[in-house]
This record gives sequence, structure tokens and C-alpha cells, in this order.
Amino acid sequence: MTENNCSCEENNSKNEQLTMDILAKYSGKKGSLMPILQEVQTIFGYLPQTILKKISAETKMPMSRIYGVATFYSQFRLQPVGKNIIRVCHGTACHVAGSENITLALESKLDVEDGQTTADNQFTLESVACLGCCSLAPVVMVNKHTYGSLTPDKTKKLIKKYEQKEN
Amino acid sequence: MSQLNITINENKLTVSPGSTILDAAKAVGVHIPTLCHDPRLKPYGACRVCLVEVEGARAPMPACATKVTDGMVVSTDTEKIHRLRKTVVELLISDHPLECVTCEQCGDCGLQDLAYRYGLNKSRYIGERHPLREQGDDPFIQRNLDKCILCGRCVRICDEVESAFAIDFTYRGFQVQVGTDYGTSLKNTSCEFCGQCISSCPVGALIEKPRLNKGRTWETKKTLTICPYCGTGCTLELQTIGDKIVNVAAPLDKGVNRGNLCVKGRFGYQFVNSNDRLKTPLIKKNGKFVEATWSEAISLIAKKFNGIKSAHGADALAGFSSAKCTNEENYLFQKFMRAAVGTNNVDHCARLCHASTVAGLARAFGSGAMTNSIDDFAKAKAILVIGSNTTEAHPIIGINILQAVRNNGAKLIVIDPRKIKLTQFADIWMAQRPGSDVAVINGIMNIILKEGWYDQKFIEERTEDFDELKKILDAYTPEKVAEISGVSPEDLRRAADIYANSGASSIVFSMGITQHSTGTDNVLSLANLAMMTGNVGREGTGVNPLRGQNNVQGACDMGSLPNVCCGYQKVGDDGVQAKFQAAWGVELPKTPGLTVVEILNSAAKGGVKGLYVMGENPMLSDPDSQHVEEALEKLEFLVVQDIFMTETAVFADVILPGLTFAERDGTFTNTERRVQRIRRAINPMGNAREDWRIISDVATAMGYPMHYESADEILAEINSVTPSYACITTARISDSGF
Ligand code: SF4
Ligand code: SF4
Ligand code: SF4
Ligand code: FES
Ligand code: FES
Repeated sequence: MTENNCSCEENNSKNEQLTMDILAKYSGKKGSLMPILQEVQTIFGYLPQTILKKISAETKMPMSRIYGVATFYSQFRLQPVGKNIIRVCHGTACHVAGSENITLALESKLDVEDGQTTADNQFTLESVACLGCCSLAPVVMVNKHTYGSLTPDKTKKLIKKYEQKEN
Repeated sequence: MSQLNITINENKLTVSPGSTILDAAKAVGVHIPTLCHDPRLKPYGACRVCLVEVEGARAPMPACATKVTDGMVVSTDTEKIHRLRKTVVELLISDHPLECVTCEQCGDCGLQDLAYRYGLNKSRYIGERHPLREQGDDPFIQRNLDKCILCGRCVRICDEVESAFAIDFTYRGFQVQVGTDYGTSLKNTSCEFCGQCISSCPVGALIEKPRLNKGRTWETKKTLTICPYCGTGCTLELQTIGDKIVNVAAPLDKGVNRGNLCVKGRFGYQFVNSNDRLKTPLIKKNGKFVEATWSEAISLIAKKFNGIKSAHGADALAGFSSAKCTNEENYLFQKFMRAAVGTNNVDHCARLCHASTVAGLARAFGSGAMTNSIDDFAKAKAILVIGSNTTEAHPIIGINILQAVRNNGAKLIVIDPRKIKLTQFADIWMAQRPGSDVAVINGIMNIILKEGWYDQKFIEERTEDFDELKKILDAYTPEKVAEISGVSPEDLRRAADIYANSGASSIVFSMGITQHSTGTDNVLSLANLAMMTGNVGREGTGVNPLRGQNNVQGACDMGSLPNVCCGYQKVGDDGVQAKFQAAWGVELPKTPGLTVVEILNSAAKGGVKGLYVMGENPMLSDPDSQHVEEALEKLEFLVVQDIFMTETAVFADVILPGLTFAERDGTFTNTERRVQRIRRAINPMGNAREDWRIISDVATAMGYPMHYESADEILAEINSVTPSYACITTARISDSGF
């Protein structure tokens, strides 16, 4: 872990530099909050509070407004994402097939609420609309893999596999 | 543009262009309900309860956001309108706790009124409801977001009026809520705790914390009075139950503030009912204060003062009057010192804050006060602020300045070594080195002179000795000024250009430049800058000192100064002397007295032996408290009249308990010289008395009878001897002040 920390810090300062570059690019341009937030999110994977503060200081836009915009659009994340993203489909077919229970099961297994990331940063749990494979409902996508015809129990087992992969 | 004709429910009237249907309806007494509208804010048109029918229009229009056009015919009372309105209200209450029984806003709530009007206690619409959301840990403000109807008034007033941007709409869809960034407590945001959001909220979603569970609006007595804090002089509505203040508000249509207040005016009233107040006279015996009756205290003072007077002469006595007290009390205090004691040794804290303003502006213009009114800032095209942290020290004037900048496009030049809120909105911020103010102003004038941006006609017709000024300015080249002040020649140039060429430039200054050894020069330089560019005597221009205390202007006007009587009538002038001897019936001292600083110096050396301090705290407000302490210790006899046991009062031989602003009548004069009434809202605490009554009693005991029944009676006497206050009677100033 120690080495990791080191490179993290390096990464951080590199990322901050990238943020400053973005801010410089849009400096003085009106209506540039959206692209700034989008570009910053591609660097960090989410919108860290410290970076939003920096944006506020540089653009003279109030924090309250930036936060308002960041929470208005679903494309923005305010929490870091975990290593694995679990997307539970809540489209019509999946809903009918019991996706609600799958989310509940995952919430209790991972000890997070929908939309949150586990304390160990391994998993982010999300709800999404139709994933386009309704015949397999209910469907869950973990990272790039799609799993169908799930039950709460099957889903829990599935997640276990990802946990084991970690270790 | 000509007036517009409009008919509202058969009422015909004409209104000026720009009026909304709502304005017009108000003018003919037609009530249209509103929820998202606040006259302090830009039209928004979101809640739809103000819908009215307009002949020829396809759909009903929001009265608050629709401008009147000529010939408009409006109906507000049709079945269709009531049906629409009822639906809106039903939708609102479908997600509202309707817990009016315990709600602080009950009786003063826009939603409750409408629900009542349409007989709604439940909604036809049943859907998801917002749960009781967690309340932030906010000082002063209780947020009850489950009662929020999302009218946006709080967000808008925080932005449009307060320029604080502490809150905004957050999240989306059903989740939308008014919040701070990351939902943090307001204390971690740019919130200034002005409570403006509370004052605008039409429902019980935002409530003043100190008011919780103290009483509903209909239980309170409401008294209009004036804020006791700064020289802005905002109108307050004190809401009291019995002898307790339970809340403070501000009427939307009154005074300089028209509904706006800052944190001091809105929340700073706890001292009035504080248990630490002085409630009875105290006499120091063997180093300890012992409770005394009024007659004991007063006869002791009379005996001691008369004793010092006969042993050492009247000039061995001195008095500090107070910029916190009323005009009536200040007038009486200086009369007491001059007529009853027989000395001109009377002064007050203005000596330390704006005496340089009074001296400088009196020399330049003949009178030492704001040349323009507070409302006038809205008409300025450029505002130069120097030595004033306006948004903190005079918050409501700060609001006026920022609105001029943000809404009317006025340019803002801030000259201040500190990064203050105003600098964020400034076109130019010049952070001069402390003490280099004159150089900066001279540098600006030097550029104006070189560029020919001065107003030759104004200079010729209205000023003297411009050539002298020119000579001085020669030396202040931008480069030299940059060297002295650290301000770049480019900034000086831009500032000079903006100030000289805007068309109407106003100067605002305060203690940041007056409390220097060069204070008077600083003020004179500003006056010169205004005069050479013709920025005096017109709307939106002028030289405007912001006075500190609520009544420092009045205390000066009333002659609590060693060299002038009320109305700045000079001590020692034969005419003045004769006039006051006739009015007051005694021989008066002819030589000007000592200033605050001189009085303490003299006391330290044993010259002044007896001092009467009314409502001042020199231990805190005067420089070098060690020296003040020595001086106070050395006195033979010290009287302190105050509302609390202050740092100065502990040195007193006798302490007399006076009253707070909430317990008495009288007048305060604000920084723009508006004389305004303060009114008694509650009974005096304990045994405390009006300051004017105390002074009268001491004077009488000393052998100079003073008898007044009311503050009004004293004002009548002020009218008769003070030309500048000659016609200012309480009847005439009742509503708006002078
Ligand atoms: S108290 Fe004033 S600054 Fe704070 S949120 Fe309310 S309006 Fe904004
Ligand atoms: S808190 Fe009050 S003022 Fe603010 S949006 Fe809600 S109801 Fe309107
Ligand atoms: S601006 Fe001054 S007068 Fe107005 S409320 Fe605040 S302290 Fe009182
Ligand atoms: S509804 Fe779940 S995949 Fe389409
Ligand atoms: S008051 Fe007019 S739309 Fe809200």
C-alpha cells in the first residue's frame, strides 16, 4: 500500500495540474461551467469537493451554484466510483421480474445505499434504465459483463466472485 | 413615456410604464395573492397563484410578472381563476405537512392563507411526499425543508439582494431542495446570517431560531423604531410580548432599508432583555458597589460635582456624551455641561472616528456630512469606495452599492489594503499601502489633470484656488505614486478614467481613511477629487462619509462637541453666546472646551477631576487603554451612566442605569441626516430610567432646574434653538423621517 500512496500523491498533483489547465482554457468564457465539470470528471472519475472549491475560486462562481449544477445533471458524480460498478437494471421488464429485490439484496450485502460506493472502494451500486436485454430480465451489469435471469441469491454469489478476484 | 390605462375588475386607472398588473391592482386595493413574489426581487412568475385573466390573452397571466400594456382589461375574480388557483394550492399542500398548529409561521403564512381561502385541509392529489428532512446545524436560522414550496425567494434574495450566494436549488426533479453546497451547515458557507431569506420566505420553511416557541404573530405587539447599531438607520419592527422582544422584522415599505436588515439589526437584540443589565443605581463604598436609591445617587453626584466646581472651577469637570443616545439626550447632555456645570468640556466618540470628516468637509463644502442620500447610490454610474468595508460595517448601504453595480452597471473602484467582499465585485481594486491614501488620490487627480478630464466650467463657477491644487498635484506622477503606495500606474489610470468620465461618480468613505493622523487631509483630497471633476451637487455623485454609530451624526448635530453648540453654532461667538444665554437663562462659558483625548490627558495630570460618562466606554474605544485607566483612576469622581457594567463603569464612583433603544422615545439621525423616531416598545427594566430624565434630575440637584415631561418636549426646545432642526417635529417625521 505504501508505494501505492506515493504514486497516488504524484497522480494527485498531476491531476490538479490538469484541472488548472482546464480552468485556464475556459478562463473568462461565459457559460463554461458544464464543459469544465465534464472535463474534470473525466480526469478524476467524479467531482471531488476540493476541486469544485478550486473551480469556484477560479471562476468566481459561488459554490452553491456549482453544487446545484453538479447535482442537477445525472451525468455528474460527487462520490468516487469503486473498482467495480454494479448496474442493476430497473427498466420495465426487469422491474416486473423483481429488480427491486436485487437492489435490496445488494444494498444489504454491500452495506451501501443505491448510488453509493462501499467504504473499501471496491463496489459502486447504481440503478439504471433498460440495458437492452430484456429477455434475460432481471439483468445486472458488473463492469462490462452482463448477467441475466438473476435472483437475489444468485446476485450475491456473483458479487462474491468479484470479491474473490480482488483477493 | 406616457401613462398607461388599465381596467382591473371595472376599476379604471393609469399607471406608469414598467408597472406590473400586481402593482396596478395594489393601487386600486384589489388583492391578488402571491407566493413567489417579493417587491425586493426581480419578477419570477413561478408559483402561478397570482394568475389573472387578461382580455384577448390566450391563457391567464401571472400578475406579478406581467407588465401593464395600454388599454389592458384584467379580471382577478373569475370562476376560472379561482379554479386554477385552487388547483395550484392543492398541489402545493399535497406535499406539505400542514402542521399549522405548531408552525411558527401560522397566521403569517402565504400558503395557509390560500388554503384557508379555498377551504382546503387536504389535497385531492395523493402522491409521494417528502419525508421530514434532516435539519442542518445552522446558527440563527431554522430550516424546515419539508415545508418548502420551492418558490425560490430565499435563493433569489441571497443572490439578487444580499450578493451572498450561500444557497441554491440542488438536485433534480422530486429531489430538488434549497441547499448549501454538499448540504453543509450555513456556517461553512458564504452565508452572512442576514436572515434576508427568512424575511422573504412565504411559509414556515425558514424561521429565526431565537423566536422559536416564543409566540405567534398575533400575540405580539409591533413597534416601529430604528436600529441601534450602525449609521444606516434601518427601520425595525420590534415584536414584543409583555416586556420581551421575541422577534425583529422590517416593513417592506418603510425607511432606508425597505424590508432589508443585516445580522445585527435582525438578530442583535438579545442585550435588551439580558439579565446582566444594570437595574438600579450603584454607589461605590470601600471599593465595592452597593445598591442605592436614585435620590441618594443623584444628591451624591450633585454634592461632589458642586464641590469640585467651587474648589477648582467648572473646567475641572468634563463629560462624554454618546453617539448611541438620542438627539434629545445629546442636546440635554451638552446643555447640562454648559449651563448646569458651566464648562464646554463635552465631547464624544466622534472625535475618534469622523472628526476629521466633519473638519475636512466643513472646510470644503461648509458642512460635514453626506452630500447625497443612500437611495442616490442607485443613480451613480461609478462608485469609488475608500476605507470602508461597507458590506460589513454598513451592510444595507453595502447592498445598495452592490445592486447599483450588479443591476445598473455602475463601475466600482475599491481602494483598500484588504481583500473585502466589495473587492470581488470591483472593476478595479487598488490595495494601497496603509497610510498612502493621499498619495493615491493625488495620483488619480494628477492623471485627470494631465488628461484634461477635469470639469473646467464647474471649477470656474463653484471652486476656489484650483491653481494651488494643480501645483501640489504636479509632484504626484503615477510612477511616484506607485512607489509610495504600491498601486500600479495602470490601475491609477483606469481608476482616474472611470471616475472622471462616468458621468456621475460617487465617493464613499469611512473610518479606514479618517482614523489616521492625516485624516483631515484624506477627506480634503477626496473633496478636491469630486470638485475638480464636477462630481458634486448632482444625483449619483457626491462625497459620502458613512458614519459609524446609529446616532453619531445626531450627537454632532446636537453639539456634543467642545467647540460648538447644537447646529454647529460656535462657542464664543457673541451672537451665539447671547442667544443661548437667553434660551438657557445662565451665563455660559466662552472658551471652547477639551476634546475626548484632551480630557483624558488632563485627567491623568490631575487637571480634570470629575467626569460624567453617558453611554460611552473609553476603556474600549479610546486608544491606549493603559493611559485611559490611569486617567480614570486619577479622577476624584467618576459618574458612568450606561446599560451594562462596562470596562469603564468598574472605575466609577456612581453608576446610573440608563435605558436601551427599545425602552424609550426620541430621535436618531442617520448617516444621510434623516432624522427618525425611535419608539418605546417595552417598559424600562428594573429601576432604570431614561437618560434624559437622569440628566435633568442631576442638573436640578446641582441647582440648575431642568424639567421635561417627554422627549418630545426636549425636541421642541431643540427646534427653537437649532436652525438645522427647526421644523423637525415628531408629527412630521413619524412616517419616513426627514
Ligand atoms: S442568511 Fe442571508 S446570506 Fe445566509 S442564506 Fe439567508 S439570505 Fe443568504
Ligand atoms: S425555503 Fe421558503 S423561500 Fe426558500 S424556496 Fe422554500 S418556501 Fe421559498
Ligand atoms: S445596516 Fe446598520 S442600521 Fe441596518 S440593520 Fe444593519 S446594523 Fe442596523
Ligand atoms: S428492462 Fe432490464 S434489460 Fe430491459
Ligand atoms: S406570485 Fe406571481 S407567479 Fe408566484
